[in-house]
Amino acid sequence: MTTSRRWFMQECGVGMGALALHHLMAEAGVAAPGNEDPLAPKKPHFDSKIKRVIYLFMAGAPSHLELFDNKPQLTKFDGTLPPADLLKGYRAAFINPNSTLLGPKFKFDRYGKNGTELSELLPHTAKIVDDLTIVKSMSTDAFNHAPGQLLMNTGNMIFGRPSFGSWVTYGLGSESRDMPAFVVFSTGKKGPSGGNSCWGSGFLPTVYSGVQFRNVGDPVLYLSNPAGIDNQLQQETFSTLKRMNQLRLESIGDPEISTRISSFEMASRMQVAAPDLMDIRKEPQHILDAYGAEPGKPSFANSCLMARRLVERGTRFVQIFHEAWDQHGALKRDLPINCKDTDQACAALVTDLKQRGMLDDTLVLWGGEFGRTPMTQGGNDGRDHHPNAFTMWMAGGGFKPGLVYGETDDLGFNVAKNKVHVHDLHATILHQMGFDHTKLTYKFQGRNFRLTDVHGNVVHELVS
Amino acid sequence: MLRFLLFSALSLTTVIAQPVDFIRDVQPIFAKSCLSCHGEKSQQAGLRLDAKALAFAGGQSGKAILPGQAGDSPLYQRVAGVGEQARMPMGGKALPADQVEILKRWIEQGANWPDAASASGAAIKKHWAFVAPVRAPLPAVKNLPWVRTPIDRFILAKLEHEGLSPSSIASKTTLLRRLSLDLTGLPPAIDEIDAFLRDPSPRAYEKQVDRLLASPHYGERWGRHWLDAARYADSDGFEKDKQRSVWFYRDWVINALNRDLPYNRFLIEQLAGDLLPNATQEQKVATGFLRNSMINEEGGVDPEQFRMESMFDRMEAIGKGMLGVTIQCAQCHNHKFDPITQEEYYKIFAFLNNSSEGSLAVYGAEEEMQRANLFRKIREIENELQHRTPDWKSRMAKWEASVKDNQPNWVVPKVEIDDISTGGQKYIPQPDGSVLAAGYAPTKFRVKFTITTKDTNIRAFRLELMNDPNLPLGGPGRSSKGTGALTEFEVEIAPASNPKQVRKIKVASATADLNLPERELDAAYYDKSTRRRVTGPIDYAIDGSDDTAWGIDAGPYLRNQPRKAVFVLAEPIGDPNGLIIDVYLKQNHGGWNSDDNQNHNLGRTRLTYTTSEAAQADPLPAKVRELLGQTTRTPQQDQLVFNYWRTLVPEWSEASRQIDELWRQHPESESQLVLAERGDMRQTNLLLRGDFLKPGKAVEPGVPAFLNPLPPNAPRNRLTFAQWLVDRQAPTTARSLVNRVWQSYFGTGIVSTSEDLGKQSDAPSHPELLDWLAVDFMEQGWSLKKLHKQIVMSATYQQSSQVTPELLEKDSANRLLARAPRLRVEAEIVRDIALAASGLLNPRVGGPSVYPPSPEFLYQPPVSYGPKIWKEEKGLARYRRAMYTFSYRSVPYPALQTFDAPNGDVSCVRRSRSNTPLQALTTLNEPLFIETARALAQAAMREGGKSDAERLTYAFRRVMTRTPEPKEATELLGLLERQKARYTGAGAHLGEVQAWTAVSRVLLNLDEAITKE
Repeated sequence: MTTSRRWFMQECGVGMGALALHHLMAEAGVAAPGNEDPLAPKKPHFDSKIKRVIYLFMAGAPSHLELFDNKPQLTKFDGTLPPADLLKGYRAAFINPNSTLLGPKFKFDRYGKNGTELSELLPHTAKIVDDLTIVKSMSTDAFNHAPGQLLMNTGNMIFGRPSFGSWVTYGLGSESRDMPAFVVFSTGKKGPSGGNSCWGSGFLPTVYSGVQFRNVGDPVLYLSNPAGIDNQLQQETFSTLKRMNQLRLESIGDPEISTRISSFEMASRMQVAAPDLMDIRKEPQHILDAYGAEPGKPSFANSCLMARRLVERGTRFVQIFHEAWDQHGALKRDLPINCKDTDQACAALVTDLKQRGMLDDTLVLWGGEFGRTPMTQGGNDGRDHHPNAFTMWMAGGGFKPGLVYGETDDLGFNVAKNKVHVHDLHATILHQMGFDHTKLTYKFQGRNFRLTDVHGNVVHELVS
Repeated sequence: MLRFLLFSALSLTTVIAQPVDFIRDVQPIFAKSCLSCHGEKSQQAGLRLDAKALAFAGGQSGKAILPGQAGDSPLYQRVAGVGEQARMPMGGKALPADQVEILKRWIEQGANWPDAASASGAAIKKHWAFVAPVRAPLPAVKNLPWVRTPIDRFILAKLEHEGLSPSSIASKTTLLRRLSLDLTGLPPAIDEIDAFLRDPSPRAYEKQVDRLLASPHYGERWGRHWLDAARYADSDGFEKDKQRSVWFYRDWVINALNRDLPYNRFLIEQLAGDLLPNATQEQKVATGFLRNSMINEEGGVDPEQFRMESMFDRMEAIGKGMLGVTIQCAQCHNHKFDPITQEEYYKIFAFLNNSSEGSLAVYGAEEEMQRANLFRKIREIENELQHRTPDWKSRMAKWEASVKDNQPNWVVPKVEIDDISTGGQKYIPQPDGSVLAAGYAPTKFRVKFTITTKDTNIRAFRLELMNDPNLPLGGPGRSSKGTGALTEFEVEIAPASNPKQVRKIKVASATADLNLPERELDAAYYDKSTRRRVTGPIDYAIDGSDDTAWGIDAGPYLRNQPRKAVFVLAEPIGDPNGLIIDVYLKQNHGGWNSDDNQNHNLGRTRLTYTTSEAAQADPLPAKVRELLGQTTRTPQQDQLVFNYWRTLVPEWSEASRQIDELWRQHPESESQLVLAERGDMRQTNLLLRGDFLKPGKAVEPGVPAFLNPLPPNAPRNRLTFAQWLVDRQAPTTARSLVNRVWQSYFGTGIVSTSEDLGKQSDAPSHPELLDWLAVDFMEQGWSLKKLHKQIVMSATYQQSSQVTPELLEKDSANRLLARAPRLRVEAEIVRDIALAASGLLNPRVGGPSVYPPSPEFLYQPPVSYGPKIWKEEKGLARYRRAMYTFSYRSVPYPALQTFDAPNGDVSCVRRSRSNTPLQALTTLNEPLFIETARALAQAAMREGGKSDAERLTYAFRRVMTRTPEPKEATELLGLLERQKARYTGAGAHLGEVQAWTAVSRVLLNLDEAITKE
């Protein structure tokens, strides 16, 4: 067994992608592979403030101008053309950039101890605003959805790069013995523009890619026993398979067979654990009410609640894609609908984690792939894509509660102060997870790749 | 201390006083203190300071010299001992302060380094992979009797050097299963196993090799490998991820491998098949390789931006898949590690940049025959007409003269297009005054073309629908058939002095060169309304109805001709002080979902006007009009004019009717994305930081200096580039391919980083073997089948894969190959083994991709961005080999994705091989896997013999090839008995089926079942 343990150490590490949690291996009565299993918990470069992440991805790009970034000047100049020098070199997706300005369509007020400005559309967020770090000076490079979502999720506008969640899983491993380390939900009107690549593992081993969960029925594909196969038979199948595989292991000696044995054992445990995870009827009524979740009815709220249940069970990274925010038109009709669908559950999630003492080492991250133009698109009820400035918020994980960081100019067009680029955000979150973002690397095609590519600076002002 | 400061200040002054001279001041410092580690003999950390280009390229940690920025230059930091890194020279005395200052000032003054003061290119030792391979001599070995082929000499020599011995030969059943999986991706059938076991011939194994190499499934198995590198998928990618038609390319790959098309030809046809003399349909289809890039048609994209993305993707696919060198780093800057500069990257780019991206109508063998017949019959009728009418040429000339000048003058105005009105579609202006629709394709919109003119007396507009190589099947429309429909043509005017004073102008009449009878829209354009939506004659474009449109779908082939319509205004318009004319082209005849292939838009259009009275659409096809009266015409051109003219000759009306009838029999085509060369040369610029908005200097097509040179005097086009890539002197092309084939057999390549043989690659485990194989491959005519045979005939390949503690201890990664590898098979083969073992497999080769069972919700929002088509196969197509599964890039087929199949986003030459619980759930519970377990159970009961033991052996052999060991049989029969016992009485037969299904399910889920041993 010594030799196969060494074999595991050298070969089952990153690159071969075999899965074997060592405590499971111990159960299976075969060699414990030490910490070389690709999903075994790993220590980062330094102490981490964040152990897990729940990323509420508002795909389609919400309007910062209607939700967070109040611009009275925009109201004042509504219907007039923006200053010409502002538009020099500016590219827009649909509109001629030289379109008239559009004043904010909803009212703002001040909330919380710090009197933070927020839109009337976010009454629940208003109640937790003192727990949030709001960054009004986000900026990105992309102004089309798919490239924008890829940049936000993988640090690059092109396909084929590992996602944020897979980097984190690669760096920290998993703490769950019966749930995937990286779980993804999709709850909006449609799937995200970047598709599976938003949670893919790129060139990292595939064990690090996100696993898509549904929030009704079987959360994972092929979880339930097929028709005609009852639990007794399924258990007999598992045990026969185990004995047969062990016979083969004894005869041919390939340690990969023991990895296969433990994969089947974890599959067996998932069959039990996943339905339990999904069964939110087990939550007390006041929790269901707080989120606005209804058992059996798929919603963003249900997914938020399941996200909490997952991180409680050791899942490292949960990401909810809510694709609904692309308001080229019908801003006045659709934005309130989107906020109604999401505002309450976002706030409940933060409150719930806080009550459980989990907010200190869990990061909740909220935001889309870019912002929206101060200029109107077609009439006076829509905004085009805008990469120069937008807003995101964070809660927990050592981000400073109550901080509003960065400013945009009077029109909400450009960042005026303390710009935070997507790469800076990634660098800062990785820093909070205990990583020097320049050293969390993976060698591929002769080069050490990283989430932040060759960019990114930690924004120390955001964190304590 | 004071003295030291004084000294520094003094020397500083001296140095500033005169500029640093590289040869006089700097080179001696390098020579004395640096070159022993960073010179010709040794390049510690990859840095070399005796050759200018290499010195500036830097080493493994990046650039060492940043001209003008001494403080940031690692060279200065290291010799000065500032920063965190150890001081240089490593392990030696620090440089004197004045020398440090000289280096600092030299860098600060721009690091001027005369070219002459550099080691010459020839003197620089090249990285091994950049020198053309030569056939290495076979090494001496002790255990000669073990050796079967030259490969074994290389493997054995190394094993003997390491004190290891090879393993014994694998059992016959293991060998046959291994060979079948490797060469065809399918396990052997029982009669094949029996035939091999019974064959006493010493050539028994070789006969199996030859049989399997001749199998049509060989092309499938190895074709799938190539499709990874070719990033093949059946959809566009990005958010819409629409279906695309590219399976003719996939089948071309399979067929090319099956007929053992030499690998050099294989590459040439994929890069430049269209440029070969008399290029066949197949050769054009092969360029689909370059078109497997993703296409982004989300709203608001700039088509040029994503054309550039496609270009970068092609470069990467060529680099990874063909060249074996990662060139894409040089897209934004000079390559840090390999000697390719950014300019050289764009020189290769320039070879590929001069192309258009459309699709080709392609035909299967049967349709090709029909077409040939059809054209022959038409030609016969026309020949007969010409034969019967000896003076046809003069009659035609007379007609030509009569119509040559009968067209009014059409003014081509400058057209502005209103951004909002396009619905997100982009219009690219063309040199002839037309515009090409591109990017997002809305299905319902009303685009506004604005003309501002001082012309007066404008009486009519002409709208030309033109072909373009970038449109589907050449257009003239944007639908997947290359058609379009014009719902309404509307005109408004306003004086330039008062743009708000808009007045609608009525169109009095319209004519077109094609007026088809009314026809209901195809199902593809269903818009969820209950209205009867039709296409028909040109009047439908001016009838004020949104439900009727002018249609141009005249049937296969004819639908892709250019068309034109003329719209006569009810009153002449014009204003000498300027008039704004808004022409609206309403295109409302698409389907409900603009995220799918439901657009019915016009493609390339040109709007012109005339002051002439009574203008009408010219009935003559544009091509015929161009040829009128031309004196130097080819016979083909004469024939083209004749084709039209004969329709006007009254006494030939019956013949023309017959020809029309024949045209109606023209078969429908499939389409295939292809690349085609453009007429005028597109200029290529280096793109600063790879940004298409920041063009740098113009570059000409060329190749990197560190690789083999281009043939002199060859034209600088894609074909030359392709030929260069497969030149005998190309150092990496053959090596990269044989390395990947080796990787597929043995799990790891001779160079483990199979996507990159450059300087950052891992060192080859058997460098001489790699070169020997590469040279042998080329000298055997680049034959892939010969390469496969060379490998599988070796003793190395035929070893047992038994793992012993000794081997794990000494060579855990099995790079030395003292045993055969034991590898989980690839995703598609996991599925194919179950299908084949169960007897369900449908062995058909090629054809459109299929839809095996998959959860429907994956193809609907919110999981998918838009609704996707997944018509689950109910017939035999359900059981096609997994490689034919329709592949959406954004929604990969789950049972394949779970086993690490790539989704085609980017070129992939090395799959990962994971082992996860999701895989266990898939093979246990996925519906098609369950079907295979049932089918295997039924086969065992039907054909396996009388006793349970016989049946078990039968089922076991179908999956594992070998027979079960007694302990295994006991285990499985025990399961069978326990399951049978759960059913008694009337349920007994059903119970038996269930029990056998349970056993079959275990067999198909065993580690061994999905492993090549």
